[in-house]
Amino acid sequence: MTADAPAHDLARIKVIVATDCGSTTTKAIMIEEVDGVYRQTFRGEAPTTVEEPFADVTVGVVNSVTEIQELSGRRLIADDGTIIRRTSADDADGCDIYISTSSAGGGLQMMVAGVVREMTAASAKRAALGAGAIVMDVIASNDKRRPHEQIQRIRELRPDMVLLSGGTDGGNSTQVVQLAELVAPAKPRPRFGSAYELPIIFAGNVDARPEIERAFADSADTSGGFDLSMVENLRPTLERENLGPARDQIHDVFLEHVMAHAPGYDRLIDWTDAPIMPTPGAVGDILQTIARTQGINAVGVDIGGATTDVFSVFDGTFNRTVSANLGMSYSISNVCAEAGMDSVLRWVHIGMEERELRNRVKNKMIRPTTIPQSAEALVFEQAVAREALRLAYQQHKEFATTLKGVQQQRTVGDVFSQEVGGASIVDGMKLDLLVASGGVLSHAPRMHQTAMMLIDAFEPEGFTTLAKDSIFMMPHLGVLSSVHERAAMEVFEKDCLVILGTCVAAKGEARPGKACFSYSITGGFTGSGRMAWGDIRLLDLPIGSTAEVEVTPARGVDLGNGPGKFVKRTAKGGTVGLILDARGRPLTLPEDTSARIEAVRGTIEAIQLYPNEEVAPRRA
Amino acid sequence: MAKAYTPGLKVAARTTHRTRRLLPIPGELRVAQGDTVTATDVVAETFMEGDVFPMNIANRLGCTPAEAPSLMTRAVGESVSKGDIIGQSKGIFGMFKSEVTAEADGTIESVSSTTGQLMIRGAAIPVQVRAYLGGTVVEVMPKEGCIVENDVLMVQGIFGIGGETAGEIRVACVDHEQTLTPELITPAMKDAVILGGARMTATAIKEAIKVGAAAVVSGGIDDQDLKELLGRDLGVAITGSEKIGLTVIVTEGFGDIAMASRTWRLISEKAGRRASVNGATQIRAGVMRPEILVPLEAGENEGDVDPTVAHEAGVLEIGTTVRVIRDPYFGLLGEVSALPAEPAILGSGSKARVLEVRFPDGGIAIVPRANVELIEG
Repeated sequence: MTADAPAHDLARIKVIVATDCGSTTTKAIMIEEVDGVYRQTFRGEAPTTVEEPFADVTVGVVNSVTEIQELSGRRLIADDGTIIRRTSADDADGCDIYISTSSAGGGLQMMVAGVVREMTAASAKRAALGAGAIVMDVIASNDKRRPHEQIQRIRELRPDMVLLSGGTDGGNSTQVVQLAELVAPAKPRPRFGSAYELPIIFAGNVDARPEIERAFADSADTSGGFDLSMVENLRPTLERENLGPARDQIHDVFLEHVMAHAPGYDRLIDWTDAPIMPTPGAVGDILQTIARTQGINAVGVDIGGATTDVFSVFDGTFNRTVSANLGMSYSISNVCAEAGMDSVLRWVHIGMEERELRNRVKNKMIRPTTIPQSAEALVFEQAVAREALRLAYQQHKEFATTLKGVQQQRTVGDVFSQEVGGASIVDGMKLDLLVASGGVLSHAPRMHQTAMMLIDAFEPEGFTTLAKDSIFMMPHLGVLSSVHERAAMEVFEKDCLVILGTCVAAKGEARPGKACFSYSITGGFTGSGRMAWGDIRLLDLPIGSTAEVEVTPARGVDLGNGPGKFVKRTAKGGTVGLILDARGRPLTLPEDTSARIEAVRGTIEAIQLYPNEEVAPRRA
Repeated sequence: MAKAYTPGLKVAARTTHRTRRLLPIPGELRVAQGDTVTATDVVAETFMEGDVFPMNIANRLGCTPAEAPSLMTRAVGESVSKGDIIGQSKGIFGMFKSEVTAEADGTIESVSSTTGQLMIRGAAIPVQVRAYLGGTVVEVMPKEGCIVENDVLMVQGIFGIGGETAGEIRVACVDHEQTLTPELITPAMKDAVILGGARMTATAIKEAIKVGAAAVVSGGIDDQDLKELLGRDLGVAITGSEKIGLTVIVTEGFGDIAMASRTWRLISEKAGRRASVNGATQIRAGVMRPEILVPLEAGENEGDVDPTVAHEAGVLEIGTTVRVIRDPYFGLLGEVSALPAEPAILGSGSKARVLEVRFPDGGIAIVPRANVELIEG
């Protein structure tokens, strides 16, 4: 089996069914070619059935697809419970292809090991994250733990597989063999019981292969062995990363070992017309496809109850991070602990008592499915979301860097530059598209709130289009892009993304009230004006329209062409509109409480964030 | 729609409870099907491979990795004690030899000629699994463990810290609304499962640790007090391995909140009886809630059925007792008085499915269905 999707006759594909088997919900969508254009037409969802009493993922898949069947009137489920395929273009029943992603049962959990933490270990972590894995720990020769502590840690983990890397091709192999000699006797126990041979993927120095093989063979005994596979070195030279082969092998092992051990997946694998992908891996794929086909830089974020995933593509380089304990329910308490309650409360304009809030946070943690009933609770929850997103993005920026350990060729022009290998490639000014998904962003009562959570947390600079994933179909489209890229792109643009609008933000800092930039707009909105530092303004640029925006910044202010330089760009309209943000970057709020509250209130009023604030249910 | 599904915590006056007692790796069973066990009986045991201690012999002897195996004075497979000489360099003309000693007790497992690394495997670690709940062994899984069954009073808490323990129930508060404070803890509560009432304070828990109690069970706890006890802010609700000196179980939630009166009555009626309690909580996939189990005699508690608890697990109907689990009505118990089918706009501006709750004082509130929890019998 290979992770490559089998070739299909694309002209024949008119009806597509796709599912995403999440940890709690299985979401199905149907895509049809309508008047020569692919559109998402129906959707259904049902609880995921990986756990007892069903212990068979296909039950949830059939239930969610049955919902589509009922809504569309197209028969999709056969009497034997499988998904019907059309035999001819005239068939009124069935679909042409069925594809799926999965993150059920805790997703793909990996341990990663590399010789140098900042180099091969970082590359290995990038490969694992890019493949959609949760990285449980990174073991490196220089991770400041003593060898016996590393072994102890490996023993405690229960990974689905291990990715081992280290050494450049032809270089020293001793250290990577030493790592193998730590991993092998530690005998990490896989999640799926003692009968499961733990897959080890070696993607290091090719010269070390015989020794690596020996190290793992020596440690195999009656208590279990390893399933060792070798792929090309993920860091063949210090200057080059080669993550593709390791990533493909992770997908293969995921299918052959991990999925095959999850209940019902053997059947699901047979049903699908393309390999099942881990959900985050598929989201990463669709974002890369968009960035490549549109020639843009994009960031995607998915904030869940437990974790926050951030994906970015800058100048063609893809990165993904998972902030394991930053989320809005299971991990909400951790967000408050990591950010500090003061940081959370700086976004709040109404009086809140800290002791009461701390208890509320814990109550949300232990009862994660509750929703804010009052406006006050919503304001607080969205303040926490800003901090969770900010911290996750910060972690992402620290991780998405140029290769470390690479000697830079410097020119005379670089004499005063402090940049060395390892600088973040995430650049707010270069960012073209910011896509939001996840409950707190997708289900915010007003899309204005979604837009402002994104702006406050990600601090985009210059011109940035803001969007949200309408019904979280990016995973489905990611796996579809491996089979039928055009279909995936058409649905992405027409049905998946809801454009919130464009944010035009000034980079720089100055005293509130001083001139920041002037603007002149024509097209979907016509008008002109001046922005002072500290101002934020919402202009009505409706969805489907665009406008030519000309901005003339004050001295030292950058809106995309450098400090003080004129910029003319096309801005997309959206459900929110055009937001002009002169609050400065980096975004700081006044330290004085009353000034801060006034600033936050100003933003709330300018963007119309909470217009129904006084409406709260009252006891009769 | 007269029914809806919502999860809840179980508070059962009498239920047949089964507990799975499994070894982490294969081992030997110490009980047979049909055996009667007490909570502290060992039902299965095994040995886990000992810890591994790596030593770089080549570095220490100043030789190449390839030479390292030949310089060993103790062979692979031999037992060594910490401090034993295990290798010696050739020295210069037979002089200035350097020695290397074992840094741990154990058996020499391997010496690598590629890296010069030696592994000492420590003694096997015994692992024992106890019955936890007194009762009958109803099923055995060879080499894995067994299932113990008994009829019990079962109360699920919402959150806990600390693992499995057992003790005699001692009632500290006069009712379910009294705050558990340190002066209510007495030395007679050593090894006991202490029943509080409403919120328990950090000082009360510290006093319970001081007298050597096994566990404290009460309605609520303040987040600040929990932080003080743990010495850190709890980020995610995955607990059970804390070692603060006892097990703590919160039945309702964080803040000033009284234990549900029926829960308090059921536990307090068993004062003097042995209870098995476990604070382990895991709220992500595979939800695990803390629990209090009291084995019952034949016929005991049989008639004690709360007519207002959900008749069918997870099903919400008019007349069912629910607990509101989010502000602005957090902690209040009431009865479902209407289940409107259409979603409603909340004060937050969100649209959600709601229900109407009638509180004991006659007040009525509209609450999102996601914000109530059933009390299951």
